[in-house]
Amino acid sequence: MTGNDWQLVGFSARMAVSSTLLILPFGVALAWLLARRDWPGKTFVETFVSLPLVLPPVVTGLVLLELFGKRGPLGHWLHAQLGLDVVFTWKAVVLALGVMALPLLVRAARTAIEEVNPALEQIARTLGASEWRVFYTVTLPLARRGIFAGVLLAFARALGEFGATIMVAGNIPGRTTTLPVAIYSDVQAGDDAHAWTLAGISTVIAFLALWLGEKLSRRRQ
Amino acid sequence: MTSPVLRADFSKKFSGGPVIRADVLEISGAGVTVLFGPSGSGKTTILRCLAGLETPDEGTISFAGKTWFQKSGKRKAESGNDFILPPKNRGVGFVPQDYALFPHLTVAGNIAYGLHGRSAMETKSRVAEMLRWLDLAGLNSRLPHELSGGQQQRVALARAVAREPKLLLLDEPLAALDTPTRQRLRGELRKLLRQLAIPTVVVTHDRLEALSLGDDLVVLDEGRIVQRGPVQAVFSRPANLTVAGIVAVETIQPGRVLELKDGLATLLVGRAQLTAVAGDLPAGATDVFVCIRAEDVILTKEDAAHASPRNRLAAVVRAIANEGPLTRIELDCGFPLTAVLTRQACAEMALQENDTLLALVKAPQIHLVPRGG
Repeated sequence: MTGNDWQLVGFSARMAVSSTLLILPFGVALAWLLARRDWPGKTFVETFVSLPLVLPPVVTGLVLLELFGKRGPLGHWLHAQLGLDVVFTWKAVVLALGVMALPLLVRAARTAIEEVNPALEQIARTLGASEWRVFYTVTLPLARRGIFAGVLLAFARALGEFGATIMVAGNIPGRTTTLPVAIYSDVQAGDDAHAWTLAGISTVIAFLALWLGEKLSRRRQ
Repeated sequence: MTSPVLRADFSKKFSGGPVIRADVLEISGAGVTVLFGPSGSGKTTILRCLAGLETPDEGTISFAGKTWFQKSGKRKAESGNDFILPPKNRGVGFVPQDYALFPHLTVAGNIAYGLHGRSAMETKSRVAEMLRWLDLAGLNSRLPHELSGGQQQRVALARAVAREPKLLLLDEPLAALDTPTRQRLRGELRKLLRQLAIPTVVVTHDRLEALSLGDDLVVLDEGRIVQRGPVQAVFSRPANLTVAGIVAVETIQPGRVLELKDGLATLLVGRAQLTAVAGDLPAGATDVFVCIRAEDVILTKEDAAHASPRNRLAAVVRAIANEGPLTRIELDCGFPLTAVLTRQACAEMALQENDTLLALVKAPQIHLVPRGG
């Protein structure tokens, strides 16, 4: 492993961690809304958020590229208002990984929240707790293992994301290149040995994340 | 009569179920009101509506002059007056059937949950007070799954009571316990509720529980209130056959234990002496309710000195009432006793008011409910 390799692994891990942390509050809030509230358009939102699970990742990437490109509606606004350019930067990497990982987090968190006995939340209300207090003193602590397993799953997914990332962030070595993209480049360039090294590293990290997640959700039962 | 502290008049329908009507449920004073009825009669729904955990379709609930719930189900135009006070603002203590202790919090954490917003010192002393009161000292750092059923029940009660609720609601407080524990805790719970002296509503389908815990009884059947009144009065004088069928015991009289010997209790009831099986009557119990079901009373005009029942009571017929195929006979045998015969049997005996006869009751068919403290 060269210094560049370490830089690559560190960058990929940072991107995966950032995107997971970025979607965590939003994902858990959405999971709670799906698990505990009825509202119009719920099924639509649920389906929409899950779309990246089944769409070809390059399609998700294409959509993001259109939305966040300089002439895209969101990209234009961000550039004009905040001077922020997203596409083909590390921010685009975080964005792509977040969108791709969100459905896994939301699904896991939703299941975990649904498994919390509503009678406990009701008792908390009779004991004078506000909805917010009910959430962070009862729902969240009781669902935390499931949510954490979802976080690990989302992290592992983000680490392996390829299609959406390459569409919206490109392949700029040292700037936007992530592990999977680097592996693809290596194979294209005929450097199979290096590709295998990176593949091995990816596998080890993914294995550890899934193994930890599995262990945690097992212990809950 | 004092004005009611709680007044509820509402209805709620679940799809496929009967309409549940709290058709003017009133509670005055600090006593224990028991909502009694078979399962499916709607008593838990009423309790949950009072706690604010279910929303009635229409009606009103008010407590101590304050509106908790108001909704007119009739016209949309009136919905501007609709009002629902959320459970967190009702100040009730709710103990559900399965206790619903927070599994991730210790005993102390559970009890302190409702004390949010008080100073750490105040919380600590209140929790300590609750632990002492409910005999839970030393268990404060245990988790709920490390407790026995009876201990869980007391922690749930402590959690509900710690924040000094204005109204206490207990859903089948003893149903989750095994039979010996239930029998032991029945008297204990009554004592605790007496000490608290806050208006309390208890839901139960167990008539012994109703008898030992309740001051007032509200009998429910298929979502409707079918009778209400002081607990002893309702049990001894069911308004109709439906209620009689639900309460399933017609004679309830206070009695005094004269002697406990060889598993048998000798009792003084009114002017009569009875022998009953002591069962789980605690040693030292003196005041009891004596319960006799009307169909367990055998009437005979002949001298029955050779008959097996332990209790042979000289009785005078006070009243005869026909109820469909059955005839209900009110007797005076030193205390009021109710018997029930088929119409035919009554005709064959040619029973008249003021006839004298013998009422026979087997010792095992007299149930004793401790009523101390």
